[in-house]
Amino acid sequence: MLSMTRRGLLATSAAAAAGALILPHGVRAQEPKRGGTMRIGHGLGATSDSIDPATFSAGPAITGMLAVCNNLVEIDAANQAVPELAESWEPDAEARVWTFRLRDGATFSDGRRLTPQDVIASFNHHRGEDTISAAKASLEQVVDIRADGDNAVVFELAAGNADFPYMTSDYHFIIMPANEDGSLNWQSGLGTGGYVLENFEPGVRISLKRRDDYWKPDRAWFDDVQILTINDPTARQNALMTGEVDVINGPDLSTVHLLQRRPGLSIVETTGTAHYTLPMFCDVAPFNDVNVRLALKHAINREEFLEKVLRGFGQVANDSPITPANPYYAADLPQNTYDPDKARHYLKQAGMEGLQVELSTSEAAFTGAVDAAQLFQQSAKAAGIDIAVRREPEDGYWSNVWLKKPFCMGYWNGRPTEDDMFSLVYAQGAEWNESHWDNERFNELLLRARAELNQDLRREMYREMQELVSQDGGTIIPVFPNYVDAQNDKVAHGDVAGNRFLDGWKIVERWWAA
Amino acid sequence: MSAAQGHPLRRMILRRLLIGLFTLFVISVLVFLAVSLLPGDIAQQVLGQAATPETVAAFRRELGLDEPLIQRYISWIGGVLTGDFGRSLANGRPVAELLAGRLGNTMFLATYAAVIAVPFAVLIGLLAALWRGGWFDRTANVLTLTAISFPEFFIAYILMYWLSVRLGLFPSIADPGASPSLGDMITRAFLPALTLVLVVTAHMMRMTRAAVVNVLGAPYIAMARLKGASPWRVITWHALPNALAPIINVIALNVAWLIAGVVIVEVVFVYPGLGQLMVDSVTNRDIPVVQACALIFAAVYILLNLLADVLAIATNPRLLHPR
Repeated sequence: MLSMTRRGLLATSAAAAAGALILPHGVRAQEPKRGGTMRIGHGLGATSDSIDPATFSAGPAITGMLAVCNNLVEIDAANQAVPELAESWEPDAEARVWTFRLRDGATFSDGRRLTPQDVIASFNHHRGEDTISAAKASLEQVVDIRADGDNAVVFELAAGNADFPYMTSDYHFIIMPANEDGSLNWQSGLGTGGYVLENFEPGVRISLKRRDDYWKPDRAWFDDVQILTINDPTARQNALMTGEVDVINGPDLSTVHLLQRRPGLSIVETTGTAHYTLPMFCDVAPFNDVNVRLALKHAINREEFLEKVLRGFGQVANDSPITPANPYYAADLPQNTYDPDKARHYLKQAGMEGLQVELSTSEAAFTGAVDAAQLFQQSAKAAGIDIAVRREPEDGYWSNVWLKKPFCMGYWNGRPTEDDMFSLVYAQGAEWNESHWDNERFNELLLRARAELNQDLRREMYREMQELVSQDGGTIIPVFPNYVDAQNDKVAHGDVAGNRFLDGWKIVERWWAA
Repeated sequence: MSAAQGHPLRRMILRRLLIGLFTLFVISVLVFLAVSLLPGDIAQQVLGQAATPETVAAFRRELGLDEPLIQRYISWIGGVLTGDFGRSLANGRPVAELLAGRLGNTMFLATYAAVIAVPFAVLIGLLAALWRGGWFDRTANVLTLTAISFPEFFIAYILMYWLSVRLGLFPSIADPGASPSLGDMITRAFLPALTLVLVVTAHMMRMTRAAVVNVLGAPYIAMARLKGASPWRVITWHALPNALAPIINVIALNVAWLIAGVVIVEVVFVYPGLGQLMVDSVTNRDIPVVQACALIFAAVYILLNLLADVLAIATNPRLLHPR
């Protein structure tokens, strides 16, 4: 088949020559180098943003502060907990008392050395009566935090938790300097990270400048980084196209293909821990019957959801909040599929043919939630289920609808560990148990798995728990949306972490100029 | 009218300013009530999905939101009367500091747009009156009405697509950065300013045309024509001065809108002005910031209307003595 002609030879050698010209450049782009400026067009910002870690929920302030500060532990691209300010950590035999050894040579940008008191203040900021922190629930398990000498901090938990190091990587628990009285001096805006906060104008821009004395030798490549708040998705995309910014988060999925067509622009896509949920109150009729829950789980068309609402940027989920990015994801569980006959069968079991339910939804839950509800309405019709879609106001959705209405829609960024995710939303009595689910076997396994240090046993337990949530749980989880960002060819990066968008929110210190 | 005490114009301005102050007070009460009536409060909005009863309670305690409404209003207005606008509930920054930069930006953009739009609109309006019924009149009408009929964001996107994405003439992001030069600000803000010009021109142009055409029927215009004045001179020297009052009023309203109503253009071009600040603050129920923005916007309307009336009286003193 391979016939050598003069023209063919010329074409091949030209291609080879072009390859030789392009390739070294491509390879060089993989080598991080110092210098340059990166400009990020960031959505989700507001003039009310604050650098107080207790108020973090999303947005540019977090991306900026994660460059200014470090955590004890960070999550790498393989979703592993790796040392950051903690050089190492050690549990006791029951995984109840954790000792974190702090790194030597980490200093705040005012020259002060990091001390255990700073770590303690940074965590206590999210504990106690008066805290306004969203991360309060995660630290309820902590009984005591104390210093052990000059460079170790001891966390004493109420019960064993093998995943505790993971939890310290939460973006709320950035380490900032302590005041004399033990409170946190977040107002200073100081951290041990690779950048100093030069200018912070909430809802407008954040300017960061590189520190020369950063303790990580292989991070913080750019000299300057600008984070611009651009909330309008079209404006964000235009800014990338016109070269005003180098990276944007959350491009409009319906026009991403147009963006990709432009030379020099590319999409950064990662499967993270995010998931969309449709919680049903398991203690309210008709959802108190597991057959009704199963009928609804088989009445939603997941493929259609993925294709039409997410434009393919995601994966079909199986009514469990554990995603492929989690360490103990069970890929081999039986998949709940769209099957109107099966749904009818379950309805018959429940004696609820012609079921009527009301689904509360709003774009506040996630982009495309209202469309998704209407698609669900249509697919459920084939199973004889009548879903009344009730569109709720976006304003105040999380306070007035979510956790209040028996059947609604929600969104979770997810957590890096099974235990954290399950404890926050699926454990009996959890503040955010959005489905009021209470499964005895699940709750028992949750406690046992948490304190178990043997990996194989844990895997077994988490597998069973995922099956329980999927088959008995009160939450329909149709899809895992991917984190989608877009960049131009002036910036480069290694493998991208999947715990949040923009490289696990650590883009500022991880990326470099191409 | 009773016997004059002092100059009647000065008396009028004084009276109007006092009424204006009272209006501001009423507005502050109304806005305070309206924001309080919105479902949810700042604690729930800022905490969002993470609003548990305990954290919400702690948040309210910290900000003093657990006090009764009237008490909060009184302490707020007490502060304002002593020149202290308080602090943003959301991030603890002084409201005055939050507002200062943004008010400057808003004023810059409004002035930029007004400096282009007002002479442009008046000129087009005069020419349309001069050649009324002709092709220029029709074209100007169709084009300006088309521009005003499109939503602002549409015009903004069209301009952005052609002048920025396709031709690369102007930046698509108007944020001028932390410490811009005047030249930077002018280039950066060109597209938003142009969008605003297109939106406000129709109104002012049509009012100019209508007011002038209205006067053109008067006998003294016929007199001017008969004495041999050129049509352009008749319009600018004889008709325009008598048509100025309504034109000035429309210009004042449009300039007020340029200051207080341009939030969509701000969002599309990422321009850090007051509108965006106010919308964010309403979303968060950040009452001190909402109040301050509302007072500024109301004051702008009151002062510009007063200015318009004074100017109208200056061009036509008869207006001072309503029958």
